[in-house]
Amino acid sequence: MNAPVTTLSGDWIEIGALDDIPRQGARVVKTASGCIAVFRTADDAVFALDDRCPHRGGPLSQGIVHGNSVTCPLHNWVISLETGMAQGADEGQTTATPAKVENGRIFIARTALAQRVA
Amino acid sequence: MTEKLVIIGNGMAPGRMLEHLFEQAPGRYDVTVFNAEPRVNYDRIMLSPVLSGEKTFDDIVIHGDGWYIDHKVMLYKGHRIVEIDRDARTVRSEHGEVAAYDKLVIATGSNPFIIPVPGHDLPGVLSYRDLDDVDAMLLAAKARGNAVVIGGGLLGLEAAAGLKEQGMDVTVLHIMPTLMERQLDPAAGYLLQRELESRGITVITKANTREITGLGKVEAVHLDDGTVIPADIVVMAVGIRPNSAIARDAGLEVNRGIVVDDRMRTSDPDIYALGECAEVNGMVYGLVAPLYRMAEVAATSLAGAQGDPFADSATPTRLKVTGINLYSAGDFAEGEDREEIVFRDASAGVYKRLILRDDRIIGTVLYGDTADGSWFFDLLKKGDSVADMRDTLIFGPAYAGGDPLDPTAAGAALPDDAEICGCNGVCKGAITGAISEKGLTGLDDVRAHTKASASCGTCTGLVEQLLGLTLGEAYDAAAVPAMCGCTELGHGDVRRLIKAKQLKTIPAVMQELGWTSSGGCAKCRPALNYYLVCDWPDDYADDYQSRFINERVHANIQKDGTYSVVPRMWGGMTSSTELRAIADVVDKFQIPAVKCTGGMRIDMLGIRKEDLPAVWADLGKAGFVSGQAYAKGLRTVKTCVGTDWCRFGTQDSTGLGIRLEKFMWGSWTPAKLKMAVSGCPRNCAEATCKDIGIICVDSGYEIHFAGAAGLDIKGTEVLGHVGTEDAVLEHVVALAQMYREQGFYLERIYKWAKRIGLDEIRTQIMDDAERRKAYFDRFVFSQKFAQVDPWSERVSGKDKHEFKPMATLELEAAQ
Repeated sequence: MNAPVTTLSGDWIEIGALDDIPRQGARVVKTASGCIAVFRTADDAVFALDDRCPHRGGPLSQGIVHGNSVTCPLHNWVISLETGMAQGADEGQTTATPAKVENGRIFIARTALAQRVA
Repeated sequence: MTEKLVIIGNGMAPGRMLEHLFEQAPGRYDVTVFNAEPRVNYDRIMLSPVLSGEKTFDDIVIHGDGWYIDHKVMLYKGHRIVEIDRDARTVRSEHGEVAAYDKLVIATGSNPFIIPVPGHDLPGVLSYRDLDDVDAMLLAAKARGNAVVIGGGLLGLEAAAGLKEQGMDVTVLHIMPTLMERQLDPAAGYLLQRELESRGITVITKANTREITGLGKVEAVHLDDGTVIPADIVVMAVGIRPNSAIARDAGLEVNRGIVVDDRMRTSDPDIYALGECAEVNGMVYGLVAPLYRMAEVAATSLAGAQGDPFADSATPTRLKVTGINLYSAGDFAEGEDREEIVFRDASAGVYKRLILRDDRIIGTVLYGDTADGSWFFDLLKKGDSVADMRDTLIFGPAYAGGDPLDPTAAGAALPDDAEICGCNGVCKGAITGAISEKGLTGLDDVRAHTKASASCGTCTGLVEQLLGLTLGEAYDAAAVPAMCGCTELGHGDVRRLIKAKQLKTIPAVMQELGWTSSGGCAKCRPALNYYLVCDWPDDYADDYQSRFINERVHANIQKDGTYSVVPRMWGGMTSSTELRAIADVVDKFQIPAVKCTGGMRIDMLGIRKEDLPAVWADLGKAGFVSGQAYAKGLRTVKTCVGTDWCRFGTQDSTGLGIRLEKFMWGSWTPAKLKMAVSGCPRNCAEATCKDIGIICVDSGYEIHFAGAAGLDIKGTEVLGHVGTEDAVLEHVVALAQMYREQGFYLERIYKWAKRIGLDEIRTQIMDDAERRKAYFDRFVFSQKFAQVDPWSERVSGKDKHEFKPMATLELEAAQ
């Protein structure tokens, strides 16, 4: 079922096509040390966060994406896609990984993966 | 000594380059131009007015034959260059003409991208790039008939408008959810779609073309969803690709386009490239402004002078369709470090959005009123701080002070015949008329005289707005809590306006009702999605991204991110076959927990998301469908064993429960809807704390509703007594439909009943047979679209992306 392991070289890791993620949706990238949620906003910006809400570890990839935020499916915390910071009165942060789109392909920063593995 | 300059291509970019060159270095070059098209240089961006008939070819010629003679330019018309010989420094045309060069400029432009679907090569499939395409379209349009335009971007829409103008029936197919998504945000895309539709152009978004069919020529376009659209011509306007083949053949560096430096030089210092075929710093360009800038840079370089290098800069976009005003520039993505200012005038169809970062404009989208576009763009380019004029910025440079936005605009914008009160069929004109003629001063007066807002009260907020509008400051309305931070309207106002203004998409609601955010939030989007699903079951395309995860993947998320699965067990009845199938699934997928639910079914907990479709496939083979235990919709109908087994049973409660469940499953409701049927007043199915409950008695059936056994505990209210199972079905379904139409999102039936009043509900459902029948019929109609088992759909491959990881990165590879 799993998508093939992608080629890993350079500072960026290609993980798939922009169109693999629905607008205002998210997909998961599995790594040895946990999942990364990759989000696509209504205007096709792409962000990557650890797939764990800072509150109770909810899978952010399953939340509703609105603007540049995601609302956690477990207890409705709103998390910034850019910084991973909880919004409003809630406090907490999940790790954000740089992500970019080039020619319709999505890349996430390799540095984040290395940190996670270490 | 004059040098020989050869130019391949005679489009707008090399034309402009020559103008600059003759000005800066007159007489320096002996110029030869090869044009693959058999004509002079013309203004390609004005092809749309030629297509629509507003201009002729002569009107759009930039350089007539005389110009070439005056500047001693040798122009070969209809000569395509087929080879560049860099060693001999010559080019050769398909007709064998050879020309030597000292400097060569490649300006071959781009080719239209043709989607390689079956039938793309049939006669009648056209692109939209040059005058030949336009001539072909004009010829086809003479016979009227049907045109299909594939591509809802700038070019496609211009082609569509032009063909419509020429008298054809036009359908635009666009693969994305909104038109011109690269230049417009969804709100402006919606307005554009509405305008095109009002001109009689059919627009189909999310349209995937499967094939083009026809015998000897185009006859129809087939979409993935089975739609077939008759077509006499098909125009493909889905994008362009830099035309770089000749450069690649000559061994020049080519990436997406011909790679040039910021002076337009290719990897061969004597060869330049510019226009749509050139790639600078990884970017290729299609709009005219950067192409003209390239022409200037190349000319300066060819003249041997120093000038500014080419640099990427924002370019505004306009659509060249008469009567449609649309303007976008810069970066209009949302972002944390960004703020937006949104202005909407629903009645005038105006939408303006400015995107600010650090008090500077970085992007703008304007629709309807674009007069201030260049002023905003100017501020954007200069990067000036707009902090001082922020409050009035959106109103443009002419504005000096004024009132803040008027929250009553939504009511004011309604026409007099818009229905405000759905229960009593009262329109806006009747209410405002009564207020002025009879001197009404308050809500109770309006209720007494017009009956508006006198029944379910959902329209109260709107009636108050009308009082305010008619009486001015003399009226002080009670505040209605807003739906969320994106609007000042309450749920009731929004529900009424969706019906009154016939709003059928989320962007339509947000535009027409003046949402202050561009895309809504996690509070309003699920609510709007429900209202639209409920009100327009046949027209509205469910927006899954606006649903909570449970409804999106049709299972219940648990605290560890796994899911639970509850198949439907009609009325709580099951069999050895079903239980065996469940046992097999539990073993096969190593499901860690199995539990009986409070609604008489079996819950399997701890299933990994990736396994869900396989679990459903196995359950489906045993005849199970989704129990919708996750839905704001019909959940369970709990039953007791009734007259089948029980010595006290008075009616067939099991059979009735199953009948109700089979009739009502799949329906979406404002909040979850749980039901029960008890076979006698001993009430073993606990029907008297359900949303809707039936108590069977000797003389028939008592219908109960509005119970609660959650955060609140509340016994049911009695709706009434009926004599037959058929009557139970009609009354219960009508009640559910009334709740569906009037309830606020997440409002359980007991809260709705409290808001509306029990007597009102009894009157409408028990006493008014005609109204009851109408509710019943609307429910039945809606079920035609709702009763599709979501599990089997997903086993068949729907929404595959929801269940698979996008990629798996292995440990060793990461180091």
